[in-house]
Amino acid sequence: MTPPAQAPPPQDGPAALETRGLCKSFGALQVAASIDFRLERGARHALIGPNGAGKTSFVNLVTGALPPSAGRILVDGADVTDLTQAARVKRGLARTFQINALFRRLSALENVTLAIAEREGVADDVLRPAGRHRRVIEEGFALLETLGLADDALNPVNTLAYGRQRLIEIAVALGLAPKVLLLDEPAAGVPSSETGLVADVVERLPADIAVLIIDHDMDLVFRLARRITVMVEGRILVEGPPEAIAGDPRVRQVYLGERAHR
Amino acid sequence: MRVRHAALDIFSRRHRYHPLEALPWAAAVAAYVVFPSYLPLGAQILATILFALSADLVLGYAGIVTLGHAAFFGTGAYTAGILEANGWGEPITGLLAGALAAALIGLVSGLVVLRTTGLTLLMQTLVVATLLYETANKASSITGGDDGLQGMVVWPIFGLFRFDMFGRTAYVYCLVVLFVCWWVARHIVHSPFGRSLTGIRENVLRMHAIGAPVVRRRLVIYTISAGFAGIAGALIAQTTQFVGLTTLSLERSGGVLIMLIIGGVGRLYGAFIGVPLYMIAQNRFSEIEPVYWYFWIGLLMVIVVVFARGGVLGLLDRLRR
Repeated sequence: MTPPAQAPPPQDGPAALETRGLCKSFGALQVAASIDFRLERGARHALIGPNGAGKTSFVNLVTGALPPSAGRILVDGADVTDLTQAARVKRGLARTFQINALFRRLSALENVTLAIAEREGVADDVLRPAGRHRRVIEEGFALLETLGLADDALNPVNTLAYGRQRLIEIAVALGLAPKVLLLDEPAAGVPSSETGLVADVVERLPADIAVLIIDHDMDLVFRLARRITVMVEGRILVEGPPEAIAGDPRVRQVYLGERAHR
Repeated sequence: MRVRHAALDIFSRRHRYHPLEALPWAAAVAAYVVFPSYLPLGAQILATILFALSADLVLGYAGIVTLGHAAFFGTGAYTAGILEANGWGEPITGLLAGALAAALIGLVSGLVVLRTTGLTLLMQTLVVATLLYETANKASSITGGDDGLQGMVVWPIFGLFRFDMFGRTAYVYCLVVLFVCWWVARHIVHSPFGRSLTGIRENVLRMHAIGAPVVRRRLVIYTISAGFAGIAGALIAQTTQFVGLTTLSLERSGGVLIMLIIGGVGRLYGAFIGVPLYMIAQNRFSEIEPVYWYFWIGLLMVIVVVFARGGVLGLLDRLRR
């Protein structure tokens, strides 16, 4: 059986996100070995691979939390490799975290308004009370409403069920009005009965956001992704539509096989 | 729809004044009338509240754990003191000079110190305070060194209100300055900038990820807080007409944290409860038990840590629920 074509289907214009020859090593450990990757506009793309494949490192490299050893990162065709994390956010790059990175003791609404205030550039205001920035608050509330979180708007997030906290994790990123959204294991730690909640939210994301989902949960990945990249030991093993990935013998061997034995 | 408006309104009105917020001020005015013989102590308490409030801005809001806040308090005290010992006794400009000098030290040391976090940061703040302490100790021709700075002459406020021996003017002066600074601090913590500081305290990783200039925000609040601490130090200098090396000491840095923790951190009002509680207890204990009073302070501290985590305000919060 021949592997599916490595190259993504040709598209007009620059990709929403692109990496060229992206490398990162920690001593002898190579977490990214010359990764060439394209995330098309409006994509629903999954990045999968066994533990330690370098998926989260890839997210950290792209967002600027880690400096790359070599290679370039482009957002919407513009090189952002030398920009700070904050500057990349301004270019429309947002991420969520595998382990919740929320403002735990603050309310759900506060969590999202912090992000919106940053995006709107009002977060340096010391003169007017935050409560007077009504537009920011209303947008935050509307965002929670669309995710079905309106009832919890004023509750501290550490009092909410874990599944709902995972949704707020996504809501904070959405508050940045991203063009590219990197979801690092959005359903991690969520009981299987509630995984559907997270999937529903991802499914209903605005179509113009390019979404990259990094996950282990095969049901979730095959439900949401229209394209899948498989990563192993810092390299892209194969990329293609879900059917091709599911049928690929190499993928079965390194990844699906490993899961099937559990 | 009703839920929506209720939530939005509650959220939008959090900066409005609550009647309980008048309580500290009412208590301060009442104390002036009821305890006329304790006004000098009262003035010290008020100035120390301002010092603790400044520490709350960095520790409670921005989550910067410092053990060197006395650096700014002492800088303010010495700046005002040196001015007044050398012929410029105008108190308001003395305060402002103290604030500016302390803020400058805060800005410069913050550029270095705030690059780090956690224990490293703690040690570095300690180093800054110790360096200033030793500088003040060595420069005895200006600061009086170990003997302290004496011979300060403070002019009447606005040329009208003379500092009297009963501490009446000092008390009112400290109260007004504290009120103005509290009003400014309250504005800051309720502003989007202040909210973003809480974000930095709660999760600095996420603040980076939402594009916040974390380093700059921390530096700004550190500088502002240093300025407030400088005003507090200048108040103590002017009202006691003495500045000693202890204004820069580790004891002073640690003491203010203890008082703040007793009251409650990150609430703006912890300082208003912890400082009077601690200082009045200290005053009483040292009279009753001149040798062992520190034991009782220690016991008070243990009780707070064991039974009232989050300080007195934290305890009240839990009782209310």
